[in-house]
Amino acid sequence: MSGANDPYDPKQVAALSAEHLDAAVQKAREAFAGAADLEALAAVKPGHLGDRSPVLLARREIGALPPKAKAEAGKRVNEAQSAIKTAFEERHAVLRAERDERVLREESVDVTLPWDRFPRGARHPITTLAERIGDVFVAMGYEIAEGPELETEWFNFDALNFGKDHPARSMQDTFYIAPGDSQLVLRTHTSPVQARTLLERDLPVYVVCPGRTFRTDELDATHTPVFHQVEGLAIDKGLTMGHLKGTLDAFARAMFGEDSRTRLRPSFFPFTEPSAEVDVWFPERKGGAGWVEWGGCGMVNPNVLRATGVDPDVYSGFAFGMGLERTLQFRNGLPDMRDMVEGDVRFTQPFGTEA
Amino acid sequence: MRIPVSWLVEHLGFDEVPTPGELAEAFTRIGIEVEEVSPLGPVTGPVVAGRVVEIEELTEFKKPIRYCKVEVGPEQVNQIICGATNFVEGDSVVVALPGAVLPGGFAISERKTYGRVSQGMICAADELGIGDDHSGILVLPTGTAQPGDDAMELLGLNDSVIEVAPTPDRGYAFSVRGLAREIACALDVPFGDPGAVEVPEPEGEAWPVIVEDRAACPRFVARRVTGVDPTAPTPWWMRRRLMLAGMRSISLPVDVTNYVMLELGQPLHAFDASSLSGALTVRRALAGEKLTTLDDSVRALDVDDIVIADDSGVISLAGVMGGASTEVRDDSSDILLEAANWDPPSIARTVRRHKLPSEAAKRFERTVDPALAPVALERAAKLLNHYAEGSIKPGRTDVGAAPLPRPVSMPIDLPDRVAGVRYARGVTARRLGQIGCQVAVTTSDDGQTIVTATPPTWRADLVQPADLVEEVLRLEGYDTIPSVLPSAPAGRGLTEQQRRRRAVWRTLAEDGFVEVKPFPFIDPSVFDAFGLDGNDVRRNTVSVVNPLEADKNVLATTLLPGLLETLQRNLARGARDVALYNVAQVTLPRAQQVPVPSLGVDRRPTEAELASMLAALPQQPLHVAGVLTGHRELSGWWGKGRIADWSDAVEAARRVGQAYGVTLRVVASDLPPWHPGRCAELRVGDWPVGHAGELHPKVVEALGLPKRTVAFELDLDALPLDDRRPAPVVSPYPPVLLDVALVVDASVPVQSVTEVLGASAGDLLEDIRLFDVYAGEQVGEGKKSLAYSLRFRAPDRTLTVEEATAARDSAVTAAGERLGAALRA
Repeated sequence: MSGANDPYDPKQVAALSAEHLDAAVQKAREAFAGAADLEALAAVKPGHLGDRSPVLLARREIGALPPKAKAEAGKRVNEAQSAIKTAFEERHAVLRAERDERVLREESVDVTLPWDRFPRGARHPITTLAERIGDVFVAMGYEIAEGPELETEWFNFDALNFGKDHPARSMQDTFYIAPGDSQLVLRTHTSPVQARTLLERDLPVYVVCPGRTFRTDELDATHTPVFHQVEGLAIDKGLTMGHLKGTLDAFARAMFGEDSRTRLRPSFFPFTEPSAEVDVWFPERKGGAGWVEWGGCGMVNPNVLRATGVDPDVYSGFAFGMGLERTLQFRNGLPDMRDMVEGDVRFTQPFGTEA
Repeated sequence: MRIPVSWLVEHLGFDEVPTPGELAEAFTRIGIEVEEVSPLGPVTGPVVAGRVVEIEELTEFKKPIRYCKVEVGPEQVNQIICGATNFVEGDSVVVALPGAVLPGGFAISERKTYGRVSQGMICAADELGIGDDHSGILVLPTGTAQPGDDAMELLGLNDSVIEVAPTPDRGYAFSVRGLAREIACALDVPFGDPGAVEVPEPEGEAWPVIVEDRAACPRFVARRVTGVDPTAPTPWWMRRRLMLAGMRSISLPVDVTNYVMLELGQPLHAFDASSLSGALTVRRALAGEKLTTLDDSVRALDVDDIVIADDSGVISLAGVMGGASTEVRDDSSDILLEAANWDPPSIARTVRRHKLPSEAAKRFERTVDPALAPVALERAAKLLNHYAEGSIKPGRTDVGAAPLPRPVSMPIDLPDRVAGVRYARGVTARRLGQIGCQVAVTTSDDGQTIVTATPPTWRADLVQPADLVEEVLRLEGYDTIPSVLPSAPAGRGLTEQQRRRRAVWRTLAEDGFVEVKPFPFIDPSVFDAFGLDGNDVRRNTVSVVNPLEADKNVLATTLLPGLLETLQRNLARGARDVALYNVAQVTLPRAQQVPVPSLGVDRRPTEAELASMLAALPQQPLHVAGVLTGHRELSGWWGKGRIADWSDAVEAARRVGQAYGVTLRVVASDLPPWHPGRCAELRVGDWPVGHAGELHPKVVEALGLPKRTVAFELDLDALPLDDRRPAPVVSPYPPVLLDVALVVDASVPVQSVTEVLGASAGDLLEDIRLFDVYAGEQVGEGKKSLAYSLRFRAPDRTLTVEEATAARDSAVTAAGERLGAALRA
C-alpha cells in the first residue's frame, strides 16, 4: 500500500493494473465454473466477491490515487467486479435450475396408488331418473306436483272415473288400509295427483308428478309391489291428442335420443277417453332397435274434469303415465327388477350421483 | 279370449283371407290387445284317424299300459303302446304313424317300448298342437272319421289361434261375434252377424220365474228343450272349437251353452229341469244360506250375492256359477236353458268375495248385450234340437227388460277437434254407423252440425261424446294423429322445497352414502327390538288389510327398520363398510281418526268436503334417514382409516340441515333405538326435528348388526324453508387470532360453552372453533378442558390485540358466570 501523499500513478499500482484485474476476473470465472453445485459455488464466492477478494482489495487502493486518476481506476474496477458478479449469477442460475430439477425428480411419487380413502356414495337410479324427467318437463314449462302415497279411494279411483265395482278397479290389485271400510288405499298409480292438481291449481295446468306407487304383485324379475311412476297432466283450452303425441315424442327424444319417437295404440283407462298405450322406439334396445311398451295415456275423461270442477266444454287436456322401474329396466338393460328394491350397494354405486 | 282364426273369418266376407299376423295387427291397431298368435301343429308325415280294435292291458308295469290293435287304414292294423285309459274298443282316435313329426320336433318311429313293438302313437290333443288338454288321448265322436282318413284335414291343423285381451270396457269383444265385427270395421270388410237368429213368438211360459230384485236382474229369459238324447255326443267341429278356445268338452248340453257364449257373448246356464222344484226365484241370498256349486265347493253366501232359488232353496250363484243339485247329468233329457242380464257390480263383488272368476262372470261384469238373451237361447235350443233330437217347447219366459243404450249427441267435428286432425267429410257418421250405431245428422239452432248416435245394444260403454270420439279416432287409426308440441305457459321451475330436497338427496350421496329404497311395509315386532315403550308414538301405525307378507303388515312410522334390514342384507352379502340413506314418506296416524266422507263425482267437492277428506288421511311427512357401519374413512397405504362413530351420524344429519338451508342445534337425548348416552336430538331453534347417534347395544345385538352401528333420522317436512338472503360484508383488514382454554364441569355440553362464548364475544368475533377437548389429572376429577381458537376482525380498520383481548375476556367472564367456566391455568 502507498503512502497518502505520495505522487501516484495508478498504472503503477499493481492491484489496479488491467492485467491484474483481468486475471482476477479470469480466476473467478474458472472458480465458478469449477463449482459443481450451489454449496461449492457458495464456498468459492467470498474468494472472488468477498471483502478480501482481489477486486475488492484493489478498490481500496483507489482512494489513494490522485483525483484525476480515480475515475479511470474506478471504472476499471467496476467493470471487473461487474464481470465477476455476472459470472457468479450465471453460474448460480445454472446450478439452481439443476438443483430444482433434481429436487422435483426426487420428490416424485407413484400417482397410480389407489386413492379410495372415502367410500363412494350414490343416488338410486330411480331418483336420478325421476329428477331427469322432472327437468325435461320443467324445461317445457311444466311444474312438478306431489301427492301422498296413502290416498282416499275417492282420489285414487272415484274422481278418476273408476266405477265402484268396475272390473278396472279390481284389476289394479290394490293394497287396502285397515279397517276394511276405511276407504283408504295405497295409491295404485300417480294419477290421483291429477285430481289433486285440478282441485288445487288454477287453470291452465301443465304438471308432472313422479312418485311411489303400490300394487299387490309379488316381487319377481319383472314385478315389484312398490314401484314408481311419473304422471303428466296438461289441461288448457284447445289441447288435442296431437299435442299429447307431440309431448310424448319430445319426452321420448329427451330420454332415448333424437331418433326416438312414440306410437299410440288404442286402449282403455277409466280416466282418459280416448285412451292409448304408448310404445317408444328405442334405438339402443337389446337385440336391436325396436318398439317397447312404455306407458299409458289419453285425453282426460270429461268425467274427471267434472268431478274436479273443470268445465269440459271449455277445457280439455291429456294425461300420461310411465313406470320408472320399467323405463330404467329397458333403458339400461337391467335384467332383474329385484336389484332395484333390495338395496345392495353394489347395484347402486355404479350409478354415482348422476346417471 | 282364445279364438281360432277359422272361426273368426267364418263371419267375414274376405276376398282373400288375411294371415293370422295381419289379423293380429288389425286387432292391435283398433285397440284389441293381442297376447299371442299360435299356429296349430306343426304336424308333418302320416297322421290318420284310427279305430281301436282290441285293447290288451299290460299289468307288469308301475302304471297301467295298454297294448292296442288299431285299424289305421283299409285292412291295416298297427300294434301301439298307449299310456292313457280314457278309451274303449271301437273308439275313433288319432294315430301318428312312423314317419310323422309332431309339434316340438317329436318324430314318431316304430320302436320297442314296454317290451313290445309300438307302430306309432295314439295322440292326445296337446301332442297334436291343438289346445293344451293332456287329460287323456283324443277320442273323436263316432262317425267323425274312417280309419286312414288324413287327420290334418280332420283336425283342421292348418289354422291358428289368436289370444286377445279386450279392455274391460268392451264386453262385446269377449265373443266371436264382437271380435269379427271389430275386424270388419278395422279392415272394411262385410260382416255376417251370427247373432242374426230368428226368434219365434213364444207360446206361453217356459218355466215360472219370479224376479224379486229387478236391479239385480234386469232381464231373465228361459227356454225348455225336452227329449234330449243324453248319449248324443258333441259334434267334432264344436269340440274342436271349444278345445282351441281353451274349454273342455263336458256333455252336449253344457258344450252348447259354452259354445253359444263364445260365439255370441251371452253366458247361458243349462238346468236339469227334472231336478227343479217349483218356480224359480231371483233374489239376493239370505243370511246363512249355502250353495254347493258345480265345482263341488260349499259356499257360504253373502246377502249381496244374487241367486236363483227354487222350492228346494238356492240352486245357482247367478251369473257366476251354477249349483250342483240342478246341473245337467249324464242322463238328463229335459233341459231348461237360462239366459239373463245381471247387475255388473254385483257380479264383480260376488267374484271377488268367492274368488270365483268364471267365464260367465267375466262377461257379466263387463255388461252383456241386453238384447241377446232370447237370441242366444234360440241358438242353443236349435243346436240341441239338431244334435240331440231335443224338442224345443213353444213357451219362453222373458221377465223384465235390460236398459238400452241412450242416444249421444255431439258436434260432428268433435273428433277432429279432439284429435287435432281434419278428417274427410262423412268419416264420423260412417265410423259410428260401422260399429252399429244408428246415426242422425242434424243442424242445431246456432248452425252447428250435430251427429246423434244411438249405440247398438251391445255397446253400453258408449255414453258420452268422448266415447264416440274414441271410436272414430281408433278406427281411423291413431297413427294419423300428428305430433304437435303444445306451448305451455312459462312455468315457475321447481319450488323452494323441491330444490332443497334435491340438495339433501345429492349431499348425502356426495358424502359417501348410498341411497336405497326399502319397502314401507314393516313388521311391528321390530319396535320391540328397538326397545320402544309400549306407548311410544312410533308404535301407532297404519296397517294394511292385505299385505304381501303377513307379518309385515304395517306402514313405517320411521325409516330405520327398512334401512337396518337393508344394511343386514348388505352385510350378509359380504359388505363391511356401509353407509346407506333413504328419503321417503312415513305414515303417521292422526290422534283423532276421522272417517272419509262419501263424495260423489258429479261435481267438484265443496271446500268443506275437501277439507274433511284430507283430514281423514294420515300425516305423511317426508323423512330422511341414514345408517353407517364400518369405516367412514378407509385404511390403506396412507395409514389407518377411521371407524364411523356417533359423531358421523350427527355430522350427516347436520349436513342435511345445511343442504336444506337450516342450522341444526344439538341437544343430548336418550330416545330408543339410540344409545342413551350417545343420542343427539336435532333441533331447529327449540323445535325437535330428528335424532342421530349410536344405536343402543341391545338393539344392535337384537338385529345382529355390527357393534357401534350409527344412524340418524330427520323429518324433512319439519325443516323450515328459511328464506335466507345472506349479504355478507367481507372485511379486508387483518384478523387477530386468540386461543383460550376453559375448564368446565364434564357435564356441561360443549355446545352451551360455544354458544355463550359466541354470544358474549361481541361483534368483532368472526369465527370460533373448538380445537381440543381434554379430561384428565391436570384439570381435575369431573372436569374437562375446552380449547378454542377465536378469530376477531373489525370491518373498518386493523383490529388491535388489546381490543380483541378485551372481547375475549368478556366472553370468558360470561362463560364463567353462566357455566362456571374457568380459564385453564
